[in-house]
Amino acid sequence: MSGTSTETKVTRRDNAEVVEALGRGYAAGFVTDIETDYLPPGLSEDIVRQLSALKGEPPWMTEWRLGAYRHWLTMPTPDWARLRIDPIDYQAISYYAAPKAKPKSLAEVDPALLETYEKLGIPLHERAALAGVAVDAVFDSVSVGTTFRKQLAEAGVLFCSMSEAIREYPELVRKYLGSVVPTGDNFFAALNSAVFSDGSFVFIPKGVRCPMELSTYFRINAQNTGQFERTLIVAEEGSHVSYLEGCTAPRRDENQLHAAVVELVALEKAQIKYSTVQNWYPGDENGVGGIYNFVTKRGDCRGDDSKISWTQVETGSAITWKYPSVVLRGDRSVGEFHSVALTHHHQQADTGTKMIHLGRHTKSKIVSKGISAGRSSNSYRGLVKMEKGAEGARNYTQCDSLLIGKRCGAHTFPYMEVKNPTAIVEHEATTSKISDDQMFYCRSRGIREEDAVSMIVDGFCKQVFKELPMEFAVEAKKLLEVSLEGAVG
Amino acid sequence: MLKIENLHARVEGREILKGLSLSVDAGEVHAIMGPNGAGKSTLGNVLAGRDGYEVTAGSVTYNDIDLLSLAPEARAAAGVFLAFQYPVEIPGVNNTYFLRAALNAQRKVRGESELDSMQFLKLVREKLKVMHISDELLHRAVNAGFSGGEKKRNEIFQMAVLQPQLAILDETDSGLDIDALKQVAEGVNALRSPARSFLMITHYQRLLDYVVPDFVHVLADGRIVESGDKSLALKLEEHGYAGIGESHPAGAAA
Repeated sequence: MSGTSTETKVTRRDNAEVVEALGRGYAAGFVTDIETDYLPPGLSEDIVRQLSALKGEPPWMTEWRLGAYRHWLTMPTPDWARLRIDPIDYQAISYYAAPKAKPKSLAEVDPALLETYEKLGIPLHERAALAGVAVDAVFDSVSVGTTFRKQLAEAGVLFCSMSEAIREYPELVRKYLGSVVPTGDNFFAALNSAVFSDGSFVFIPKGVRCPMELSTYFRINAQNTGQFERTLIVAEEGSHVSYLEGCTAPRRDENQLHAAVVELVALEKAQIKYSTVQNWYPGDENGVGGIYNFVTKRGDCRGDDSKISWTQVETGSAITWKYPSVVLRGDRSVGEFHSVALTHHHQQADTGTKMIHLGRHTKSKIVSKGISAGRSSNSYRGLVKMEKGAEGARNYTQCDSLLIGKRCGAHTFPYMEVKNPTAIVEHEATTSKISDDQMFYCRSRGIREEDAVSMIVDGFCKQVFKELPMEFAVEAKKLLEVSLEGAVG
Repeated sequence: MLKIENLHARVEGREILKGLSLSVDAGEVHAIMGPNGAGKSTLGNVLAGRDGYEVTAGSVTYNDIDLLSLAPEARAAAGVFLAFQYPVEIPGVNNTYFLRAALNAQRKVRGESELDSMQFLKLVREKLKVMHISDELLHRAVNAGFSGGEKKRNEIFQMAVLQPQLAILDETDSGLDIDALKQVAEGVNALRSPARSFLMITHYQRLLDYVVPDFVHVLADGRIVESGDKSLALKLEEHGYAGIGESHPAGAAA
């Protein structure tokens, strides 16, 4: 895949290969040389119209984008995060890049593209899926995807790219798109709404338990482009879904912009579990290059007794600005946020969550683990808000920071607003270092230094890793190991 | 097996060991006794290779190799084990997982095959019986929230699984009540064998009632000042460290 195209695929937890590939050094830091269709750099109403036209969108979608664009023009760049960001020239970015040829079968797919997937360790059938080939047209022996697709269709689950959804299910898209993150929600969400190129759409009908993990894999390839994907997941009454996303990008000296929006809607008694392993290119050890990752992720527990749970492992990006949140609207709804954010060298992360309690007896839990190494800066920023109607609501927040070395920083910014006297908010925070005693203890038992570090870090992250699907957890651990290479000694 | 000759070592610029010599043969149990500040724990740390302990003179030969040239993990693989005076907590890391990682790391260096979880579990079950360790302790994080006695028993349990050739017990008896002391001693005695040697660093002689040493040495001011058999320990108990050796530190506690 190249440019800003985003493909969806289904797997039965067989992403392990992908994530493993992501783990080796920055193994995903290669560039694929294929012909790409670009829109010229720059942003204007005209560009937005062209983009919409290129994608063959209906007029309402074009208008939606234009509305967002006009709103964006009026907004200042947010500067409240604890991040040092060089000014971004939005006119220097190309807002659309897609591979030129649209393949019909795997045989027609650009060999360079297939090689990319091979380097990433993606199995053949998935490579086909990623290349945008209809999976049912590929080799019988490996068309596992077909089985999945069939199984999903039988269950009534809709899972496709956002572009496809806009064409095929316009009613659903119109009903839910922007209903959790409005077009003018914040600077980056407005930008995304104006220029998002693709993304995933998931719809789980009433009472259906999605028969497998759904996953999306994102990759930025083309130079001087931004990636703006948009994901929308709707879980109807009583349905369940677990969704995974993984991300990589090539090594480049310049910074690249990624501004995604993810919206989750959980109706009555529905449950959505959203897991992310983010390994965008973090820049080199001197802080040159890397992805600017500005993401708005929000879930809406719209129905009573619904549950939304975010789990994230963030090891990549030069800058991470990301606060997956839950609006607890329905009574007794539950929101969870489990996060491991690791920064090394010159990486900066300002990440956390917002739990907005509106309904009665709503519950939220926040477990944030920040690991800082090198000269990096790692901040947790969280808001727990108990509105007037949040009778008997509860929140528990645990925020732990682990420092490796002497030149990194960890910061915690917990905000609380409690407007209902019956609501209970608990906050615990710790900061620790990997001690010389721990290192010597491990080594005196025969464990090598670097293995000791990853063991201690893994122990520190355990609470979060256990929330990930098992294979993902194993790979997340490996990813941390690689990301921490050279952090000690 | 172990030959320490004229060992001098500094910690934070201060000379602690001042020409210590000691020879230990296979299967022997040596007790190192002495007042606070004599250099007992320094000896254990130097042998295990802790950072910050600088050897300025002398040599340590272990099974014909220069022990001081090895990294701590290489010493462990070569069969040296230090039971810590203050075992370290590692939150979130499962005790069994830790021990298996340690054993397999050592086996790998020695060119032996690594144990899979079933084989390891079998080994652990065997060792549990002698150690008075409950299954529950295995499933907790390494030393996290353990009582003092549990921590010390866990050290001996690790020793039982790792099967070292040279075990250094650094004040393993300190902070234990009499029942815990007996259990720890029982664990140590179960591990005595003609191929395994022990260096027991202790302040009091009461451990020696349960683990009877072949030799007792008195360490004072960085040197071995007197050596003998078990009766020396009893003499110390009676008269204190003040009457021992030709040079003893001022104000030594008994």
